[in-house]
Amino acid sequence: MTKRSEKVETADPIEEFLAQDYEHGFVTDIETDALPPGLSEEVVRFISAKKNEPEFLLEWRLKAYRHWLTLEEPKWAHVNYPKIDFNAISYYSAPKSKTDGPKSLDEVDPELLKTYEKLGIPLREQKRLAGVVAVDVVFDSVSIATTFRETLKEAGVIFCSFAEAVQDYPELVEAHLGSVVSYRDNFYAALNAAVFSDGSFCYIPEGVRCPMELSTYFRINAANTGQFERTLIIAEPGSYVSYLEGCTAPMRDENQLHAAVVELIAKEKAEIKYSTVQNWYPGDKDGKGGIYNFVTKRGDCRGDHSKISWTQIETGSAVTWKYPSVILRGDHSVGEFYSVALTNNYQQADTGTKMIHMGKHTKSTIISKGISAGHSQNAYRGLVRVAAKADNARNFTQCDSLLVGSKCGAHTFPYLEARNKTAKLEHEATTSKIGEDQLFYLAQRGISADDAVSLIVNGFCKEVLNELPMEFAVEAQKLLGINLEGSVG
Amino acid sequence: MLTIKDLHVSVDNKAILKGINLTIKAGEVHAIMGPNGSGKSTLSKVLAGRDGYTITRGTIEFMGQDLTELEPCDRAHAGLFLAFQYPVEIPGVSNVQFLKAAVNAVRKAKGEEEISSVDFLKLVREKMALVDMDQDLIYRSLNDGFSGGEKKRNETLQMLMLEPTLAILDETDSGLDIDALQSVAKGVNSLRSQDRSFLMITHYQRLLNHIEPDFIHVLARGEIIKSGDKSLAQELEAKGYGWLLQEQADECE
Ligand SMILES: Nc1ncnc2c1ncn2[C@@H]1O[C@H](COP(=O)(O)OP(=O)(O)OP(=O)(O)O)[C@@H](O)[C@H]1O
Ligand SMILES: [Mg+2]
Repeated sequence: MTKRSEKVETADPIEEFLAQDYEHGFVTDIETDALPPGLSEEVVRFISAKKNEPEFLLEWRLKAYRHWLTLEEPKWAHVNYPKIDFNAISYYSAPKSKTDGPKSLDEVDPELLKTYEKLGIPLREQKRLAGVVAVDVVFDSVSIATTFRETLKEAGVIFCSFAEAVQDYPELVEAHLGSVVSYRDNFYAALNAAVFSDGSFCYIPEGVRCPMELSTYFRINAANTGQFERTLIIAEPGSYVSYLEGCTAPMRDENQLHAAVVELIAKEKAEIKYSTVQNWYPGDKDGKGGIYNFVTKRGDCRGDHSKISWTQIETGSAVTWKYPSVILRGDHSVGEFYSVALTNNYQQADTGTKMIHMGKHTKSTIISKGISAGHSQNAYRGLVRVAAKADNARNFTQCDSLLVGSKCGAHTFPYLEARNKTAKLEHEATTSKIGEDQLFYLAQRGISADDAVSLIVNGFCKEVLNELPMEFAVEAQKLLGINLEGSVG
Repeated sequence: MLTIKDLHVSVDNKAILKGINLTIKAGEVHAIMGPNGSGKSTLSKVLAGRDGYTITRGTIEFMGQDLTELEPCDRAHAGLFLAFQYPVEIPGVSNVQFLKAAVNAVRKAKGEEEISSVDFLKLVREKMALVDMDQDLIYRSLNDGFSGGEKKRNETLQMLMLEPTLAILDETDSGLDIDALQSVAKGVNSLRSQDRSFLMITHYQRLLNHIEPDFIHVLARGEIIKSGDKSLAQELEAKGYGWLLQEQADECE
């Protein structure tokens, strides 16, 4: 306790007042493993103290929190969901207190189990994913993870949890945290900055080509990073890294609201490839119980000739709001966005990207494939902005929508802002529907309706799937098929 | 193999087939000819199980089963194949991927193992050579931007790969150049056997010069108004359908 009060000591009168307030009003025992629901400055301080964070981080969290208080929750035309009560959420719980989870697989949504089976996930792993309490956590990936760490260490690559990085490499964190996604960026970015739980940290030293794909799956604590995850990837000049986020198996999660932040920094001639296969539990057939996923992902091509590429396969969540973006700051830098967003039943997705061209001769490519089935709504929203000084910027955007059935919707909102006359911006968009004639043709050749849809959808997404690392692509294909089962016929 | 009795079919309450009777035995080749709009494609689609065609009367039996109770996909598994008059285009789905999915689906239904990629490619190459099909076509999107003749050759290739028990060819000869016609005929003839049957819908006698039918039927206004052997085709080629229609009209009076 004494250690904590030292931390908040400061000359700033406001800080002093707040610190006092903390001394008197803060009644929660520091030893507790979970906070009662509610968000206040005390809660922010509690989280920071609990994690034994350095001063700069606490300050930063507090500034974010105060800024958040001034913001209104955003509203979007194509996404509807009940109002979120931010005071009904508990902002801290230690990983081991997952006592609310199901006691055995019998208590888990059978649909979810079916999916696991189809993906061929072993039973032990199924339990972990479904959040079954008291599973022996010694699964295979732990030992793999250890081996991986050794290899990475030899290359000088740092890959650890965010919390570890804060302890072990505070100067790296301080120098880069919030430099791409400021806490002022948006409502959810501010909230995340104030209360973020944990996440991943990657640092690739100058000239190093990371010897393997980095994956959250192999990070030991990956399952418990919580609802406000934060990822920071720093690629020093001339380095390369490919990072895989997520898992094809749908995760059951107690937390309905997820607001993650991902920051990527590519310095001169560095390249970051960030792939996501996201398969949050989307809720049942009526859309109940699904996850709200509000993510801020942004890459900064900080150096000349740098490159950042986002590839994402989104199949989960009840509500998804997500625009992985690239700031093309360095001259000759390249930004890419390859996306498949699939919505079924009552899911809603509003995704897209922003390419902000600031450097000269910068180039961006956007390939977006939206698939809507059931009663779902799928919107693409993309912004391409070319700053006045960004001579010879180029963008190519292709936005394709595929409708499965007649009760779903697809919407495309491209925004172009070119302030430089030399900009070359191309946009192509198509909407197609899986036709009865196509399904009949395939059925006549013996291919079942589900397989037919899968075949057509995978064909439709080919350009994006090709961007994924091989084994991820195979899983992603399976996943798209599974998520569309029963959508026709 | 196939027994159609008193088949009446309507679309949107409009009667199109009005009492078809047709029996095809194993090993036989039947040809159906008839004026445009007489219901030939309708018959082929009803046999394949296309939605939207209502059977108002009659029965269809295939290999001892009531065909109408099977889903389109199950009919394919049971060995029924339809080469479409207008094959659909499916952009994005590669022809080779589609072919492999089809071959494996049918094998799976028969309880056989999936074909290995090596065996599959060997088989495709062999069958493509048989119908003189450009190798590049299997790596393109299914029928997407194929010329009329290329689509027809592709239908023939699928038939050769799937080796159906009953193949219905709906104007597979239409729009083919002379060489292509011979290739398609070569394909069909290579499949002819004692336990495989064909139902060929055509407008031209020239196909029948290459693939000799056992029977020829004339379908007009939803009915089979005449059946005969291959000499009937020559008669039709010379005289058209007018005299038959007149004959039928006289009978009705
Ligand atoms: N879905 C439909 N809706 C309305 N009418 C239809 C439909 N399908 C077929 N028909 C009508 O049924 C009749 C028979 O059509 P069908 O395609 O079977 O003829 P066909 O004998 O194959 O002709 P062709 O030699 O020109 O190919 C035509 O008058 C056609 O317009
Ligand atoms: Mg026809």
